[in-house]
Amino acid sequence: MKILIIGATSAIAKATARLYAETGAELFLIARNEARLEQLVADLDVRGAKISGHLSLDISKTIGHKKALETALKSLEKIDLALICHGDLPDQTACENSFKMAQKAINVNGLSTISLLTIFADTFKSQGFGSIAVITSVAGDRGRQPNFVYGASKALVSTYLQGLRGVLLPHGVHVLDIKPGLVDSPMTAEFEKGPLWSSPELVAKSIVKGVSKKRLVIYAPGYWRLIMMVVVSIPEIIFQRLKF
Amino acid sequence: MILDSWGRYPQAIATVLEPLDGPALRRLLKAHASEGKIIPRGAGRSYGDSALADLVMSSRFLDSFLSLDSDNGIIHCGAGVSLDAVLRIAILNQLFVPVLPGSKFVTVGGAIAADVHGKNHHIAGSFCDHLVGFNLLLSSGEAVYCSESENTDLFHASCGGMGLTGIILDAKLKLQNVPGVFINRQSIVSENLVSTFEILEENNTSTYSVAWLDCLAQGESLGRSIIFLGNHASNPKFEINIRRGINVPATTPSFLLNKYSMSLFNSSYFNFKKLLHKSDTVDYDSYFFPLDNIGNWNRLYGRNGFLQYQFVVPSETALKSITEVLEKVSAAGKGSFLSVLKKFGKANKNWLSFPQEGYTLTLDFKREKSLFPLLDKLDEIILKHGGRLYLAKDARMAESTFKQSYPNWEKFLELKKSIDPENIFGSLQSDRIGLTGEKDRKKNKDGKKA
Repeated sequence: MKILIIGATSAIAKATARLYAETGAELFLIARNEARLEQLVADLDVRGAKISGHLSLDISKTIGHKKALETALKSLEKIDLALICHGDLPDQTACENSFKMAQKAINVNGLSTISLLTIFADTFKSQGFGSIAVITSVAGDRGRQPNFVYGASKALVSTYLQGLRGVLLPHGVHVLDIKPGLVDSPMTAEFEKGPLWSSPELVAKSIVKGVSKKRLVIYAPGYWRLIMMVVVSIPEIIFQRLKF
Repeated sequence: MILDSWGRYPQAIATVLEPLDGPALRRLLKAHASEGKIIPRGAGRSYGDSALADLVMSSRFLDSFLSLDSDNGIIHCGAGVSLDAVLRIAILNQLFVPVLPGSKFVTVGGAIAADVHGKNHHIAGSFCDHLVGFNLLLSSGEAVYCSESENTDLFHASCGGMGLTGIILDAKLKLQNVPGVFINRQSIVSENLVSTFEILEENNTSTYSVAWLDCLAQGESLGRSIIFLGNHASNPKFEINIRRGINVPATTPSFLLNKYSMSLFNSSYFNFKKLLHKSDTVDYDSYFFPLDNIGNWNRLYGRNGFLQYQFVVPSETALKSITEVLEKVSAAGKGSFLSVLKKFGKANKNWLSFPQEGYTLTLDFKREKSLFPLLDKLDEIILKHGGRLYLAKDARMAESTFKQSYPNWEKFLELKKSIDPENIFGSLQSDRIGLTGEKDRKKNKDGKKA
């Protein structure tokens, strides 16, 4: 299996890459931090992956996207799976008080992914097969007071994916939206963890399964589908008063 | 946060730091050194308080492999890599891990710090006997490479040194060639302790050997057991096991484990095994890690947790002292679900490593007030016969017990003073057994639950 991973050093991407490595998959990795990326390459190599190449790139700057994807495609020749695990949890209060911060958050978590998807759509159309999998978030299902800027940017991506899925369907391309719940990773290091939290490894398992079964939208772990069903069904008149 | 280890006793208030890599670890160490004692922690699979302190430096994200030299079977990995992960890589490359403890979820760093042993100690020695070397971050922020030939003293102090000399960043481990990953298992029933010892002695050449003891059997049946011998089956199929285990979803009430239920379990297990086949071939997972298949099995002991009591006594006095221990346990009406007897080979050169030539017995007890006086009595028996307790399991031994049974403690302390004069590294355990002073303690003065 030939896989391109963007945001490869994130906890979920790393755990997913390790699962694919054990199957002997061929990987091309893109991430911002060069040192961590090189460490990951060595790790995946030991774990059995074939590393076709890697590239250090700041994904939030869309200008390098096209060239990076061309390099990856050239190296892999074809792409069975493109996995986008790119994002950052912004400070909600800071975003509320400054448009610049909000803009930055929406750019990192939303727009830069749309840029990638625009290029992917073309590549996959001409290829005529493969899966595009994007990590969004349960936060995108409803705007909650503690993280609605993050939520809004993830909702942007989820909605975009819904449309893109239809566009790519006739071309035999599968589009997967992955919505993790609370994940105990470096991105959430500051939070007190409770029983609903799960590990990146568990989410990775759901992703591998979702890709192989060609699911359209997965919640990871699965019980988040139920939780979000409840959250979404709360009438707005009540929801506006909820602070969770 | 409130933190505990596998035995769920004691608990401590700890700040857990999770550095993403070596440089981040150095930064955290520098930033927090003044806030209290720091102890490195792997998977939290030690039982008592050896991985508890004011500040806990988790190796959770130091879980990367660095390289594999498959020609020489040498794997280089971060301290937070689990033995499960190492085993998977080993098997993919037709190799095996030379020493496997009872759980594959422990980390490489933890396995070095406790110098863990497996069912093949009588042949292969303990985990650190297969180390090529490791990088250790000292309290000064300097990283040094330690091996049998470089920084030798630091190597022998850190192997089995319970994380008190510094933080292991990464390690090189020598893997082993084996004829196959399946195990030919032979089960032998023994009706009493004398015959258990005889069978273990007779089968000294078996690669793996361990005895499950019915610790509640009394009188003539005292020490009756099932001995499980194991040897690698010759089979070219090197495959990773994928087992679907069960999980204990929540803490069960501790009254479910009482002397009647334990006795019922122990005697039915004994009689059930007695009826079963005497030899079979099993996968490595079921042979080495039967308990890993039951996720969170520690919850079965209730919310008060449990203590695992593991000691070693020299061969010459083993029969006498173990008889005494079993009689005391039995008379106190305390049961143990799992009582495991194992023959150890020679001790290695590491200063605080647990194994020494003789027999080791492991008992599990649910934590209750009346348990502690019993364990104190058992300590006396063990000390009298020249034995000692395993630091990775311990949550309560007295300073005098430790110092009497680990003769290298002074040498260790001297080295510790030279590399960590301010006792930046220390745990609740090291304070208790007198390897670090209590005076620098910021939190956790009453951290231990009564």
